[in-house]
Amino acid sequence: MASEHSDTTDGDTGALALKILVAGGFGVGKTTLVGAVSEIKPLRTEELLSEAGQSVDDTGGVDQKVTTTVAMDFGRITIRSGLSLYLFGTPGQDRFWFLWDELAQGALGAVVLADTRRLQDCFPAVDFFEHRHIPFVVAVNCFSGSGAYGTDDVSRALDLDQGTPVVLCDARDRASGKEVLISLVEYAGRMHTARLLDSVS
Amino acid sequence: MTEDSTSAPHEPPGSQWYDHEAGPLVRPYAMTGGRTAPGPSGVRFDLIALVSLHIGAPDADGDASLGPEHRTLIELCRTETQSVAELAAGADLPVGVVRVLLGDLLELGHVTVSRPVPPAQLPDERILREVIAGLRAL
Repeated sequence: MASEHSDTTDGDTGALALKILVAGGFGVGKTTLVGAVSEIKPLRTEELLSEAGQSVDDTGGVDQKVTTTVAMDFGRITIRSGLSLYLFGTPGQDRFWFLWDELAQGALGAVVLADTRRLQDCFPAVDFFEHRHIPFVVAVNCFSGSGAYGTDDVSRALDLDQGTPVVLCDARDRASGKEVLISLVEYAGRMHTARLLDSVS
Repeated sequence: MTEDSTSAPHEPPGSQWYDHEAGPLVRPYAMTGGRTAPGPSGVRFDLIALVSLHIGAPDADGDASLGPEHRTLIELCRTETQSVAELAAGADLPVGVVRVLLGDLLELGHVTVSRPVPPAQLPDERILREVIAGLRAL
């Protein structure tokens, strides 16, 4: 019935929404970055973990506990009427990786926020996106006193695939956040084109 | 036994003796009649699936099968098209619950849901260029 004509997203009336993930270790500034570029106050939504969480959460002896909630921050940027970008801050805890899987489906790309004082915190995110061939950029959040490392140093330390952009940013700054997103969309476009060419040859 | 009659006094609406920390008083999936997946069609709405009111939708006011949470979602869509994530935040409900309720609304013909872009088909270059230009202009 009503669902029939919901399949078209590119029609004249069809609105298009694109999804960008913001990942990285706990406290690296994911929510800050989302808030800096979002036109709406970052909204918080909760996902209930039930079946999926059971294998991870030890609920032994806590019979009443049936669900766990995990919060996700998100923001929105309207490019024009009918074309919006949605930004999702991924949950900081590694054990919610299965939630990322769903978040990542159909994502345009991801920003992996890194702090050079604890670079290892972003390893899981880098692995995740590399394995799924999701375009991502590494944005080094320049905390004061975090020491000046060049983008090449970070790229080498993270053993990134050649071409994966590394940019320096200030997650609190709107202009800086915009630049990060622009470099991601440009990179996603390049990856997309490269794959098209691969499939032809 | 008799505790029930005393523990539920007739409080005026809005006076809440519990706070946010206490969590919801109603088990979230009670609002869906215990269902954790949307109706027979089994669609799983993406977080950025866009929900609009269906033009020519049946009158929601007269539909006894709709609960208050259904109506909340309809009201949120009335102002503008909303993503599933925005609806969840706006209605203060977990995403899983919103998905089930949206499945009901879709089946009853109250809303239309546009699918998210499938992973294999990224938007074409024209769209990406538009996004980049849009970001620069912010």
